Formats: sequence, C-alpha cells, structure tokens
Amino acid sequence: MADILIKGGRVIDPSQDIDRVTDVVIRRGRIESLARVSRNAADNFGTVIDAKSKVVCPGLLDLHVHLREPGQEHKETVLTGSRAAAAGGFTGVACMPNTTPAIDNAATVGLILEKATEAKFTVWPIAAISHGREGKALVEMAELVECGAIGFSDDGDPVWDSHLMRTAMEYSRMLGVPIIEHAEDPALTVLGSMHEGQMSALLGVRGMPGIAEDVMVARDILIAEYTGGHLHIAHLSTARSLQLIRDARRRGVNVTCEVTPHHLTMSDEDVRASGLDPNWKMSPPLRTKADIRALRRGIKDGTIDFIATDHAPHHLDDKDTTFEDAAFGITSIETALAVVITELVKPGVIDLPQAIALMSTNAAGVFNLPAGTLKRGSEANVTIFDPDLEWTVDIDGFKSKSVNSPWVGKTLTGKATDVIVQGRRYRL
Amino acid sequence: MSEKQLSIKHLTGLEGVPADDIRLILNTADSFREILERPIKKVPTLTGVTVVNFFYEASTRTRLSFEMAEKRLNADVVNFSTSTSSAKKGETLKDTIRNIEAMKIDMVVIRHGHSGAPDYLARVTDAIILNAGDGCHEHPTQGLLDLLTMRQNLKKPFKDLRVVLVGDFRHSRVIRSNIWGLKALGASVAVCGPPSLIPAGATAFDIDIYDDLDEALKDADVVNVMRIQLERQEGGLIPSLREYNRTFGLTSERLKNTKKDLLIMHPGPINRGVEIDTDVADGPRSVILQQVTNGVAIRMASLVLLAPQKEAVAG
Repeated sequence: MADILIKGGRVIDPSQDIDRVTDVVIRRGRIESLARVSRNAADNFGTVIDAKSKVVCPGLLDLHVHLREPGQEHKETVLTGSRAAAAGGFTGVACMPNTTPAIDNAATVGLILEKATEAKFTVWPIAAISHGREGKALVEMAELVECGAIGFSDDGDPVWDSHLMRTAMEYSRMLGVPIIEHAEDPALTVLGSMHEGQMSALLGVRGMPGIAEDVMVARDILIAEYTGGHLHIAHLSTARSLQLIRDARRRGVNVTCEVTPHHLTMSDEDVRASGLDPNWKMSPPLRTKADIRALRRGIKDGTIDFIATDHAPHHLDDKDTTFEDAAFGITSIETALAVVITELVKPGVIDLPQAIALMSTNAAGVFNLPAGTLKRGSEANVTIFDPDLEWTVDIDGFKSKSVNSPWVGKTLTGKATDVIVQGRRYRL
Repeated sequence: MSEKQLSIKHLTGLEGVPADDIRLILNTADSFREILERPIKKVPTLTGVTVVNFFYEASTRTRLSFEMAEKRLNADVVNFSTSTSSAKKGETLKDTIRNIEAMKIDMVVIRHGHSGAPDYLARVTDAIILNAGDGCHEHPTQGLLDLLTMRQNLKKPFKDLRVVLVGDFRHSRVIRSNIWGLKALGASVAVCGPPSLIPAGATAFDIDIYDDLDEALKDADVVNVMRIQLERQEGGLIPSLREYNRTFGLTSERLKNTKKDLLIMHPGPINRGVEIDTDVADGPRSVILQQVTNGVAIRMASLVLLAPQKEAVAG
C-alpha cells in the first residue's frame, strides 16, 4: 500500500473542526498527520496528489443507495455502483435490501461484502426488517448485525404493521442499530405517482399526499418514544414530517433523519415543467417549494442529520414510458456533491464545512460507523474535490449502469478529482 | 372557409391552447356540421391520409365518433384497441406506436389510461397526435364539442356565460378540458361535487368550487353533468350512487330554482337516475344528443386542421 501525500489543499474536517490549507499524510493506509510536509520529504511518498485550490475532506458517505445486486444486475451491481459512488466523491455507501432475494439473511449480507471487497470499496449492507420484506416476520437481527449489517429497513416499502414496527424497534435496541423507515402510508398513495397538490391536480396525475409520509412519521415517532429504539427516517420530504421530528427530538425521542439532494432542490413544479419526464418520478415524490424551504431550514438547524442520495438506478426500459407507468427512482450518486455545491453552497444556504458534515461526518455519527473523519490513526478515506469546476452532466460520463437522472444536460459546479478508499487511491 | 392555421401541432389538451386556435376549430366544425346534414356526408379532404385510432382504454362513443369523422373525410382508417393491462405484459407503448408508425401513417388518435400518454407519444414519434382522453388529464375534443354546443345554443358571448361542471373533478378529463377551453374564451367556470371528488390542489385552476348544487346552479347558464365513473374510484370516495343522486343528481325538482333557459349537457354515457334523472336528460333543455352530433364535426375539424399537407378545406 503506497504512502500518499495530499499537498496543499483546503483541508476541511468537521469531526475536528479543521478548515485550513495544509497537507495530509497517509501511511500504511491510515491518516498520519494533517500538517505541512517539506519539499524534500515529499519525495518519499509513493503517491503525491496536488490538491492546490481543491478541498480535502473525510471521505463522503452515502448511506442510502440501491445497488440492485443480487437480482437486478442489469440496473446496477456492487461493482458499478461502487465505481459510480467513487466518481461522485464517495468513499463508502450503505446499500438497501430491496434486492431479489432481499438482503434478509447472513448469506446475502456475505455476498454483498464479498462483492465490495472485489470492488475494493466500502459497502455497508442494510438488512431487511422482515423476511423477504413482506412486512410479516422479523429477520434474525442479531446474526445479521454480527455479519455486518449496520441497520434495518424494508425500504421501498414502509413497515405497515405497527406491531412489527414496535417489535423491530424494541428488539434492535440491544444491537444499537437504527430501524430505517420508508415513511409512507400505502393506503394514501394508491395509484399515485407524484406529490398531491396543485401540480397533480393540473396534470390529472394521481397524487401521493404529504400526509402519507406525515402519518407514518408520526406513528413511528410514537413507537420509538414508547420503545426507546433508534428510529431513522429515510428520505424525509415534507415540512410537516420535519416539524414532527424536531418536536420529538425536543422530547428526547431517539429519532434521526436524512434528506436527498433532489428533495432539497426540486419541487412538483419541476415535474410539470419536465413535461412529466419519468426521470422526475421517485418515491417520496418531489414536494412543494414550501417543503424545500423547510428542509433547507432543517439542514441549517441540524434537525436533518445528513444528506443521502437514494440512488435508485433503473434500466431505460423501466423509464422510457409514460410517467404513470414508469418505475420510481433516480440515479444521483454521481451528481450529489455537485448539486449540493451548486444549489446549496454557492447560493449561501450552507457553507462547505456544513456540506461536508452533512455528507460525511454526521452520517457516520448517526449510524456509528468508523468513518467521516481525518483523525490521526483512522483508516484513510478521503475525498478531494474541486469546488469550482464546472461540468455538464452527460449520459456517457456515468459510471453507473443506469442513466435515469434529471440532471442530464445540466451544468453543475464541483467535482471529485480523487478519492482514497481504505488507504488506496481509487481509480476514477 | 378560412385559410388560417392552428398554432398547435398536436391536440394533446386544451390547456395553453390559444383562443384563436379554439375559435378556428369551432368555426371549422360549424361548416362540417352543414355537411353532416347533407344526404351525402362525405368530403375528400383527407384522401390519402392514414389515421390510426389507438385505444388503450374501452370506448364506444369517442372511438365511433373519431372513426366516423375520419371516414367522412375519406381518410384511411386503422383501428387498434387493447387494454392497458394486457399491453403491459407484452410490447411497450413506444414499441407499439413505432411499429405502427413504421407502416407509414400520418395521424394517431390515442386514448390511454395514463395521464400524459399523448404528450409522451408526441415526443417519441413523428406522427400527429390527437388525444381522445388520457387518464385523468384531458379529453380535448370533448371539451371542444361542449364549447361548440354552448355556442350554438346560447345567444350570449362566452365572456358572459356562467358554466357549472358537476361531478368527479378528481378523475375527470372532461372537466379539465372544459375548464381550459371555457377559460380561454373568457367564460366564468364553476365545478360542483362532493369534496372527496375534488382534487387536492384544485385552487390551481382558479375557478369556483361548490359542494351545494342548488347554490352552484343559481346563476348558471349551462350545466354540464359528468358521468360518475365507478371504475375510476380508488374505492369508497362516495358512499353510494343512491346518495350521489340525492345530493348531486340533476333532477327536475332542482331545475325549478335555476334560470329557465339553463342549458343541460352531459358527455355521456348517461347513468340515468344517478347523476341525471331521465326526465331532465330527455327534457326540452337537454342538448345531449346535439353534443354527440357536434362531436363528429369537432373531430372532423380537428383532423383537417392538424393534418399534414392540407389542401382544400371543406366547404
């Protein structure tokens, strides 16, 4: 493993409150120091990365990704998803268990980890809450955590059965891992494919009301409060749900949440403006401008713990059809950093250290992962990005197997130029 | 007959269609109405133009009306029907349309269960698209034929008209097309129905909304009653058809408190005794069958005005 010197970048590490121009030394795969290295000493490094006018930070983490393996390898695999993640500036991802078969047993967790090792990337499997994600019987949680699962979720679907949710939150308490909820009351979203509101009324597209999320978040908060389990709300999208979480936290409920770059930057008005392009269809759907404003307040005041993409690759066959027929989900792991910089950092909603905290340090903290820091002695997972580089999102540039992105053709600012994963420079 | 042209290339909806385009279609339809009264009802306007009627949803009247319009214009007509569900298992919508397109066609009339399907086809094919009803979105030729019927029967200009649309706004493409067409021509529009059948976000239409039919009908010049389509209900949005008739049914009793010359319209097919009672549907103020005749004229006009290389227009 070559020793690596990252020279002259703006080093931002929210875990140590560092923001200064300096060098980063990596030896034997671990962070050795954040300090200037003399010109002569630089010759001793196998790899020297010039980071002048770039940002050097703890490796970005995306803790909500669909890698589609096993079962839907025509959309994505652990390998292609890892490459896409690295291209997007991420050094580690957590993958969701809505695969075929579902990640609900030790063997499948083992398969993911094996594929991740082959990809030389860090993938943390999230296991299903229920066998086959059927919402009936609890999986063998203790064994799965032992094997490497970092949390549980039936993502793609909510845990509809309140008794199962209660049991999952109680049982997981002894394991110290979160129960991650895709908050949606399915009875309120039947046949829906976009946010229910003025835009859906005009378009005659059946809606998925914000309350479908809110009633589930409210229920789950009450269950978390009663059981003392750790509830994590995935892809939070409404102002009301955010307020429910804010209030619950004040009462001391152990509830955390994440938000996607698209829910922070696009609304149902964009769905209409797209002419019902299926690349603007995802679940939860793009909400209103008022929701965007609330979510932005949520990332500023810390109610929202971190940003995750919900990277959901789909084959063209699942998207090249009518909006109502098309599959839910968009790819976003390769554009997330640029979208955050372009839409949130440049306009001054948050600053770069906050953005890095939201995309790395905070995420590691919530899921208790050994990542998100450049502290001496920690495994070297580092992202180096050019915060000023303008680039145009191009289908041919994607490393992901899928191209269902609403940002295709858009010019964004900010791009990862290097990532170091587990102490190795990852080929982008 | 005017040599004016439409600004629109396809007829996928009435939202955003300029008033001039709407007037041109209505005027053209008026002249086709005359042809429909002749002993020989055929003109050669669309000779050599191939039209595909592409019906992904069951339809009797609209399909028949389009087909009749096409045949009276001497177009070559091909019919293709399937149910959305069976099509889903096999070929994609795009593949189907492109295969048909490869047989060299000019125009496609499409009905589809998904809102936005005609716009999608307009993007993925070169054919000229006419929407015959898409999901809960629009049914523009129905909207136009309703406008034509109002114009023929009322002596007032549209800007002085008060039109009340009654029924399932949530799922009704006819209501949406009526709203856009009427608004474009300056009419005052209201919708009346049970709150569970009014879409969330209905304020976006900037119209009056009522849940009291007597109140809604007070100043109305026209009432356009929609069929209650039970097959569209997500389930249980209204308690029963009986209750619907009691609260929203158009009965002769209700007509006592309306303007004497209130025009009564219904796009059909009628559920007698549900949204409208038989004596009203068949009564002197009803123009329901005239709507059907106008449907053929409107579709003839739309086809001719949108057709490629149009030469002589009817007259």
